[in-house]
Amino acid sequence: MDLALSDEQQELVASFANLLGKSSSPEQVRAAEPRGFDPALWRTLVDTGTVTMGVSEERGGWGASLLDLTLVAELVGRAAAPAPVVEAQVAARLLAAVDSPIALDALGRVLAGEQLVSFAVRPATDGVAELAPAGAVCDALVVLDGDTLRLVPVSDANRTAVANLGSAPLADVRLGEGSILMQGPAAVDRFETAIDEWLILTAATAVGTGSIALEIGCAYAIERKAFGSPIGAFQAIAHPLADDATNLDGARLLVQEAAWELDRAADRGRELAAMAFAFASTTAEKTTYDSLHTHGGYGFMLEYDIQLHWRRARGWPRVWGDADAALGRAADARYGRAR
Amino acid sequence: MDFDWDDETQRFREEVRQFLAQHLTPELEDRLYQQGQTHDDDFAAALGERNWIAGDWPREGFDLLGGAQMHVLEEEFARTEAPYYAVSTSMMVAKVIRAVGSDWLKSEILPRVVTGDVTIALGMSEPEAGSDVAAVQTRARAVEGGWMVDGQKMFTTNANITDFVFLLARTDPESERHRGLTTFLVPIASDGFEAQAVHTVSGERTNITYYSDLFLEDRWRTSEVGAGWQSLMMALQDEHSAPFCAHLGRALDAAEQWAAEPGADGHAPIEQAEIRRRLAKVAMDLEVARLLERRTCWMESIDEVPIAEGPMSKLFSTEAIVRGAEELTALVGPDALRSRTDPTAVQAGRIEHLLRFSLGTTIYAGTSEVQRNIIAQRRCGLPR
Repeated sequence: MDLALSDEQQELVASFANLLGKSSSPEQVRAAEPRGFDPALWRTLVDTGTVTMGVSEERGGWGASLLDLTLVAELVGRAAAPAPVVEAQVAARLLAAVDSPIALDALGRVLAGEQLVSFAVRPATDGVAELAPAGAVCDALVVLDGDTLRLVPVSDANRTAVANLGSAPLADVRLGEGSILMQGPAAVDRFETAIDEWLILTAATAVGTGSIALEIGCAYAIERKAFGSPIGAFQAIAHPLADDATNLDGARLLVQEAAWELDRAADRGRELAAMAFAFASTTAEKTTYDSLHTHGGYGFMLEYDIQLHWRRARGWPRVWGDADAALGRAADARYGRAR
Repeated sequence: MDFDWDDETQRFREEVRQFLAQHLTPELEDRLYQQGQTHDDDFAAALGERNWIAGDWPREGFDLLGGAQMHVLEEEFARTEAPYYAVSTSMMVAKVIRAVGSDWLKSEILPRVVTGDVTIALGMSEPEAGSDVAAVQTRARAVEGGWMVDGQKMFTTNANITDFVFLLARTDPESERHRGLTTFLVPIASDGFEAQAVHTVSGERTNITYYSDLFLEDRWRTSEVGAGWQSLMMALQDEHSAPFCAHLGRALDAAEQWAAEPGADGHAPIEQAEIRRRLAKVAMDLEVARLLERRTCWMESIDEVPIAEGPMSKLFSTEAIVRGAEELTALVGPDALRSRTDPTAVQAGRIEHLLRFSLGTTIYAGTSEVQRNIIAQRRCGLPR
């Protein structure tokens, strides 16, 4: 057992913390609202290889593990970064795993930084991918339509951007024809693998969201005085925050364990990824609520940063589903599908 | 990162399981439950023979057990409700004696604790001093050749069957709070000692112990006079890294077995989406609890002190036991009411028993509220 990050992983964390600190400050996050996309930040992320780092080296990426990607995703969540890092990483890994000229061609454009390809986390219904992540800003979208995995070109002609709670660049996207990437059970399997990856990385962003919210809440509880003492000295304030700190540590460990399990293609990968999503998203919801509530009336003001995180704690994970949906997925993996 | 135990530790777990299959017989389990006991002399002796009581202490003829192996040992004991509580409290005290006890105490006590021949109960809580243990009022007054002890202790579990009670007493009557305290070993054969049974919701028997004009020779003192608080902290150091969640693991196993068996209608409960999801939720809590416990163990293995992480693991695991026990009994339904001792009980009443057992876990070894205070201060940096 070794729960320490390697030297390389620590360097990865330090460099991304630095990058996001400079390019995704709360002011920059606010400036990118309501669309939730900052082109300058995105260009920086693309140029530093963020999108393709999870692609294998033989396909032109860095060969970063899912565990490495969770470290980056947590920082993305912390910064509330207006950039669809998770969806783009998952889409790139999917394209790299499909052995077809269409997929390799698309991957080539992603690697060259020419196109933003995203991933629709829910299958299309009636020819529409609803609330597609990064649908409002992407050039193409990977969508499961029945048992066909399609690569759909996206432009203003076939998308309707949707203003939303989490200030994410979501859109309803009409599929049209698109290109076929894969068909049949193998296509559905590949989609499910991509969902595992999206769930685990989104869980990591939720850990980041919760962590920054806890820090903001604790700082306020130390500084703010009421009834003659800092409010953090009152157990009614302190105890929920102590629970949140505990849950966040647990969520981070579970996310990392799930990623480690998926990386080595072990039996419990899918189950643990779904559990990590359920636990981390619930934890982020509760922590952002507790932190906002700790601020009293100030927490309800747009001027205070805590609302940025409260909205994303709900908005980012739920484009796929809630904790109960993830527990159903975990149960299917643990007990076999219900008859 | 690596979330698995190494091969050696995995093999050791198998060895522990074989030991338990041999020594923890269904008859012994039943007898312990009926009597509310958490100790058995033969079982303790068998542990001692393998050097599994103080496995991480050097002893001639035995290999040292590492922290991971000790953790796995405790996980398996907790999972099977093996009778090792008196052995573990004895070791908490033995660590204090080993660190600060007199040479005479070391030679008198330690070799016999290691073999399971001598057991020691903890005498800290009092009627008016629980989580706030510095409020103790039991007195030890200096007299010629030793001390005269008067007072009473609550929840002195196993003091009816152990050889000694590790007693925290106030030796300076003028002192307050953490100062002026001293610790002793009280032989339970002493005149003036009495243990009165206290029966608990879990079925476990504990005691109130009384100390009336009890004369204690000075050689039974386990700390410097007035340094009892420090020796107490030493004893409690490892308490919150105990593998509590193994209890929940066993009940979840039982509930999953129940769910897989077809009911009267020919359908197994596990076929229902609602049941599956609720079981998965308990399994998720268990996974998190296990990770937090193992992190504490891992930190100790690299000589980091888990000042907030230990309390986190104790808090989360025990709260998960309470939540999980309620959830599992609720999802099994009316049949979960059948008692552990009843022949019709579901899964031998393990789930019903966990529900009652769970109540104690968030109280002893520092209540959840005490753990939250520690976490708030040490991790969140909040003021007292």
